[in-house]
Amino acid sequence: MNMFLETLIGGLLAGTMYSLVAIGFVLIYKASGVFNYAQGSILLFAALTFVSLTDQGVPVLVALAITVVVLALMAVGIERLILRPLVNRSPMTLFMATLGLAYIVEGTAQGLMGSQVRALDLGIEDLPIFLGDIMISQFDLTAAAVALVLVVALSLLFNKTRLGVELRGVADDTRAALSIGIDVNRIWQIVWTIAGLVGLVAGLLWGARQGVQFSLSLVVLKALPVLIIGGFTSIAGAIVGGLVVGATESLAETYIGPFLGGGITPWFAYALALAFLFIRPAGLFGEQKIERV
Amino acid sequence: MTTPSAPALEVKNISLAFKGVKAISDLSFEVAPQEICALIGPNGAGKSSLLNILNGVYVPDSGEIIFEGEHFHRMQPLEAARRGIGRGFQNNALFSGMSVADNVIAGLSRHARATLLEEALLLPRARAEARRFRERAHEVLRLFDLERHAETTVALLPYGVQKKVELARAIVAAPRLLLLDEPLAGMNSAEKQEIAQIIARLNRDLKLTIVLIEHDIGIVLKLAHHVVVLDYGRKLADGAPDTIRDNPEVIAAYLGHDKVEIAA
Repeated sequence: MNMFLETLIGGLLAGTMYSLVAIGFVLIYKASGVFNYAQGSILLFAALTFVSLTDQGVPVLVALAITVVVLALMAVGIERLILRPLVNRSPMTLFMATLGLAYIVEGTAQGLMGSQVRALDLGIEDLPIFLGDIMISQFDLTAAAVALVLVVALSLLFNKTRLGVELRGVADDTRAALSIGIDVNRIWQIVWTIAGLVGLVAGLLWGARQGVQFSLSLVVLKALPVLIIGGFTSIAGAIVGGLVVGATESLAETYIGPFLGGGITPWFAYALALAFLFIRPAGLFGEQKIERV
Repeated sequence: MTTPSAPALEVKNISLAFKGVKAISDLSFEVAPQEICALIGPNGAGKSSLLNILNGVYVPDSGEIIFEGEHFHRMQPLEAARRGIGRGFQNNALFSGMSVADNVIAGLSRHARATLLEEALLLPRARAEARRFRERAHEVLRLFDLERHAETTVALLPYGVQKKVELARAIVAAPRLLLLDEPLAGMNSAEKQEIAQIIARLNRDLKLTIVLIEHDIGIVLKLAHHVVVLDYGRKLADGAPDTIRDNPEVIAAYLGHDKVEIAA
């Protein structure tokens, strides 16, 4: 039983990291109707910028502030150069544009800041702690706490501020938002900045775990099953989807893995997502059909 | 302009075609300040297209729009809203997942002055603005007798109530011109009467200039001060309700030949 709980808790905590990556997608998908393939590259770019700065001896808070400014500038640039000219084009056109964007961002990041693996030390001790006889990774616990704080902050922004009303309005109906005088372009810039920030947090947590390097941008592939399970249009869905993927993945590795010779983790989430596509194609919390992507 | 009441809105030689099909041909008319101007005509006459041009959703192929003395070849939707052109849509374009109060507050966006940083950090000015917007929204909700629905999600409300929410959202920002696309469509006659009364009241009490599209001729002739009849994108008649009723061309082209459709 303890082994089960330990596996489950470890999985859930790891799942919050998947949720973080998925939230970045949901934010942009809701606000601008784009499946942003570049989210992974932006995540890599954000983490790389931060690490490069701290490597130069820039204090952590200053490095964070600079990274945030860089992300905001990038969001404005993306909105001006890609979203605005392509407004009213098909979702597929926009998707292709973000595909191109992914390579540009990735190339720029590596061109400017190098492609070697950078160690990132966030100062979180990775010693296990014990709750009774259940062992829990302290790092995972911290990461989950950070994710929780971020989600609470986002939900306050969306639900308790006037800006949040505009943000939700644009996500709900862009045409109506425009007709009542909401500056949709500005909202897109804000949403892409927020998605960049979420990417930064996710990038730092993942980067601390596996080093900051090119493969970081591939965590987006892990966000796909999360989105299919949770639904593309719901932040709650992204959170639950991440938890489901994290938990089932780790349980499957422990309990089914031995029968299949292990190595289940890399593909299990996709198999689960496939099952979801058969049973509930809009995801647990999704509003629209996935074909609309 | 030298006349004492220069038109609030002037549509001048506007033409619009979709892939070669003329939707509007060389259309001109004027809307006087504080009047209700009704656009009528069969489906496909170009009425909605014209509203879309007026608030910048479509770009006309030629012609211009003169709004409060300023000339525009095209409006941008955001620009139109900022200049005080409010818009109601045919099937409501409300934020259906949001509460009634939030929908109305969103309508005030063009009056927001707090900067992004003030908003994000919840600085005093942003908080004060949020409070002011909420109060203003509730004022308007009271006006429409919608207060008890303030925290209800729009999608859960009946269509007639949603229409009132849309009107509330459109007027909360104190527009100078209100464009309404079939505000009475899809309603029963009691609801129609109520919305028509609200429109008349907005026009009278707020001195609001209104351009609306409506198929219910009975209501149009009572509600409007000025009627423009369109057919196949051309202007067929333009004048006071009485003159429209008696215009033989209008009777032949529109009023006469399909009374059932008109009544619907």
